[in-house]
Amino acid sequence: MSTLTPRASTGLVKPDRHTKRSLGGPAIYFLALILIALTLTPVGYIILGGFRTNSEITLDPSGFPISWQFGNYIDVLASNVFWRQVGNSAISATVTTFFVVVFGLMASFALARYNFRGRGAMYAVFAAGLMFPMTVAITPLYILVRNLGLMNTLGGVIIPQIAFALPVTIIIMVPFLQAIPNELQEAASIDGCSRIGFFWRMVIPLSKAGVITVGILAFIASWNSYLLPLFILSDEAIYTLPLGVQSFASQYSVDTARVLAFTSLSMIPALVFFSLFERKIVGGLTGAVKG
Amino acid sequence: MTSISENRRTAPNPPVDLAAGGADTAVSAPPRRRRPRGVGWRMRLEIAALTGPALIVFVAFVIFPVVLAAYYGFFSWAGYGPATDFVGIQNYVTILQDGPFLDALRHNAMIAILSLVIQGPVAIGLALLLNRKMRGQSVIRVLIFVPYVISEVVVGLGWSLMLQSGGAANGLLDKLGLASLQQDWLSNPDVAIWSLLMIITWKYVGFAVILFLAGLQGIPEELSEAASIDGASFWQVQRLIVLPLLGPTVRIWAFLSIIGSLQLFDLVYIIWGQYVSSIAGTSTMATYMVANGRNAGSYGYGNAVAVVMFLISLTVALFYQRFLLRRDTAGAITGGKS
Repeated sequence: MSTLTPRASTGLVKPDRHTKRSLGGPAIYFLALILIALTLTPVGYIILGGFRTNSEITLDPSGFPISWQFGNYIDVLASNVFWRQVGNSAISATVTTFFVVVFGLMASFALARYNFRGRGAMYAVFAAGLMFPMTVAITPLYILVRNLGLMNTLGGVIIPQIAFALPVTIIIMVPFLQAIPNELQEAASIDGCSRIGFFWRMVIPLSKAGVITVGILAFIASWNSYLLPLFILSDEAIYTLPLGVQSFASQYSVDTARVLAFTSLSMIPALVFFSLFERKIVGGLTGAVKG
Repeated sequence: MTSISENRRTAPNPPVDLAAGGADTAVSAPPRRRRPRGVGWRMRLEIAALTGPALIVFVAFVIFPVVLAAYYGFFSWAGYGPATDFVGIQNYVTILQDGPFLDALRHNAMIAILSLVIQGPVAIGLALLLNRKMRGQSVIRVLIFVPYVISEVVVGLGWSLMLQSGGAANGLLDKLGLASLQQDWLSNPDVAIWSLLMIITWKYVGFAVILFLAGLQGIPEELSEAASIDGASFWQVQRLIVLPLLGPTVRIWAFLSIIGSLQLFDLVYIIWGQYVSSIAGTSTMATYMVANGRNAGSYGYGNAVAVVMFLISLTVALFYQRFLLRRDTAGAITGGKS
């Protein structure tokens, strides 16, 4: 491994041909270490705080746990409230993700591989949606959901979430589907495969990387979604985790340690989900954000 | 350097105007298909079946609400029953003359600009760093995205506990012997917006890094290799070859970042709540909208604020698009591998 930086090597050795492959000097690792520390300190504060007592936190807010308290975590894990909210969040995120992927893939397939009048306009409409996150539409959306009688139901959260996740999905998927070679489709059609058959048998397997990317993005967005549930869900029984965490925090505002335990447990699912598929996401975005 | 970027512009994707009619060029290279007469109806049916569900949900829950907002914005309406109290443009006049709204607008502008200035260089540096082969690289990549994956509520709660006056940040400064640097991070109006920017940077820089890493993967390695064989140093390669080629991705990120900054709501609302944020100098148009619209029971007014936000975002988007994205947006966002 080369520990010499290219600059230091001039004059003595030939410039390192494999700069990009080199393992980098100690400075790089030091930098990486600082980076990790900055990234993880707040997360560590939340997780470790859950293992402390309230008096420890008050006396020494930035300290480590002295006697490890598991009670806070056990209390949260034993409470119905927490699991009910996990359940609500899981339903909302799973159903949202499923329909975003299905609807998005279907529409992207039509936009990418059919030639029809109004295709450009339709694409423009979806792409314009990317410019306007939910914030702008939240008040009328609330009125709409209320008029549909979906207040305090997960459906009232899920349907708008699907709608707002479609632009990103379509923008990522269309290039993916366009990249499938035409010859493949011709070959399939010679073998008697219809366009729809081609969609089922070839397109879906071939676009797996893109599907995983948009699926993860939709899942995490839904799992973390705050503004929409804040407007739509007012009944505690139907709260999703973000609302639950916030209401728990104001309800037990004196019991900081327990709030921290609740908070750290609430972020586990999205983290696990993401770290499992991180590699695929970067790969999936490469198609869309080709530099 | 110029020649590379020039080439890049004329290379695979034609310039496209994203928002306007340009979209037909954006998806301009679908496979041409022979369409024998008589089966046209069948294809039309397939198109309708494929695009129908997405289109219906999208129009009903994205386009329609925005139109609805424009309508209710002309009424003074408490949110129940039909809106009958037509007030014309009175809501809009009130908004544009309301000090707290103008403050919020100023905060949004400041956040938008400073987010670009702070996050851009940091994220580019991190992406270049993480794009190198190094030990533990994949672990670092996952770790840096952790803040982006955590929900705004968790981030807001964690940081507000750390930054409150008796919190961990001041405690740590005390331990380090830097007690003089202790601050009321959240309530001092001179400091609060910088605390917010620090939290925003921490939370969202990972997203920029993800995008840039994806963009970097699209740059052929042969280019950098050829340059380093010719004696270019690591930093020369990055500066003269990689960065210009990353340009389109950076411009897309900047666009998303600006729009995100203009719509900022969750973090501010969670950390400061609706009233404190205007005192602490961190209120945004969106928190103003929620506080003075829904929470005040003035739905007509809230809708008018939404329309103003929409128009500001649209104007910014169109301007950005016109002057910066025009050459290569579609290349990066849409055209992909055409």
